[in-house]
Amino acid sequence: NIPYPSVRPQPDGSQEIKLPEGPYGVPDVMLNGIQSSKAKLGSVHPLEYSEKHWHENKQKMDFAMLRNTQGIHMPLRLQMEKNVAQKINRLPGMHSSNLMSDTLSGRDEMIDFEDILNNPADCEVMGDTHLLMDRRAGLL
Amino acid sequence: MASTLLAETPRGGFSFENCCRNQFFEQKGIKAPTAYKTGTTIVGLVYKDGVVLGADTRATEDTVVADKNCSKIHYISDNIYCCGAGTAADTEMTTQMISSQLELHRLNTGRTPRVCTANRLLKQMLFRYQGHISAALVLGGVDSTGPHLYSVYPHGSTDKLPYVTMGSGSLAAMAVFERGFKPNMEKEEAKKLVRDAIAAGIFNDLGSGSNVDVCVITKDKVDYIRPFDEANLKGQRQGSYRYKKGTTAVLKTEVKKIPFEVVKKTVRAEPMETV
Repeated sequence: NIPYPSVRPQPDGSQEIKLPEGPYGVPDVMLNGIQSSKAKLGSVHPLEYSEKHWHENKQKMDFAMLRNTQGIHMPLRLQMEKNVAQKINRLPGMHSSNLMSDTLSGRDEMIDFEDILNNPADCEVMGDTHLLMDRRAGLL
Repeated sequence: MASTLLAETPRGGFSFENCCRNQFFEQKGIKAPTAYKTGTTIVGLVYKDGVVLGADTRATEDTVVADKNCSKIHYISDNIYCCGAGTAADTEMTTQMISSQLELHRLNTGRTPRVCTANRLLKQMLFRYQGHISAALVLGGVDSTGPHLYSVYPHGSTDKLPYVTMGSGSLAAMAVFERGFKPNMEKEEAKKLVRDAIAAGIFNDLGSGSNVDVCVITKDKVDYIRPFDEANLKGQRQGSYRYKKGTTAVLKTEVKKIPFEVVKKTVRAEPMETV
């Protein structure tokens, strides 16, 4: 039996901070700005960590439960469908509707703070589309 | 952190960007503005045919009354209403959010929503935010299984009881309920008891005041009586206290002509009026 992860939102935990790689192993300041691990790591508010990993944790718990009740095939299938759905989106820099992932996860029948506050569709910042495509193609 | 050219699309929901800055301010001794609380008395009661909810109408900001007549009984669905105590913005947004979620659920299932569904949604949301959303609610309604009343605490625990009180005036109101509550009361009796409980809160608690609002929910209809009872009327002015014209004697009068200089003339076409 696989043990279930905790239900209670955790205020702290280990997270992996990935600094972007550039030529000679040093992040390119022109493209990524001045980076610091400490700034990305620091969570001042107790809810910050738990909110960042909320969906991940919920899914972990659901998958643990499914694995224990229905077997390993269920979480594998669901994860596969989710991976496929995440590949269907617009070019980088543009907001995609994520219709398939929303249908699979049930977000199309739910309204939450994510739809009201800081909706990514209303974001005022947009990256340079050409550079983002270059990064995706591996040229950067 | 926002990078320069390769910006990632941000996630939705709460943004904690300013927390670092706020902590820095706290260390320097600059106090943040306080939230607009509803020091409150809210009560709920199950009677023979349904549920009676009651609330006072004062909203305070520390020691100043911010709103003398605010409405604390929020709409969740046609058969479910919710009274809210705690930070005013939190209760308002929480109840609106749950109302939207319940409406989506109703459209999906095609049935009138149940009070236990609203309770479960509230509970799960408040537990997720670990009490940082300070909303203490009294949720009541009538659905296909009968009248139900729940009290929801800010950390996410709930109680299902025949009579509940919440807010700073809850002890005063509970004392009145404990004395007067009987199972299966009549409507008028229930309304009177709720009014008495809120009045106890209003007169004995600083954070509650002004009028009593009552909401009676039955299987067929909802009666939102606002205000049910104006317990605190402001004094009426007896007469006009303005000074009559001529009270101050006029000593000298001088009339001067102010010379105006014409700076600009504009000629504009005006459409004909057909009157």
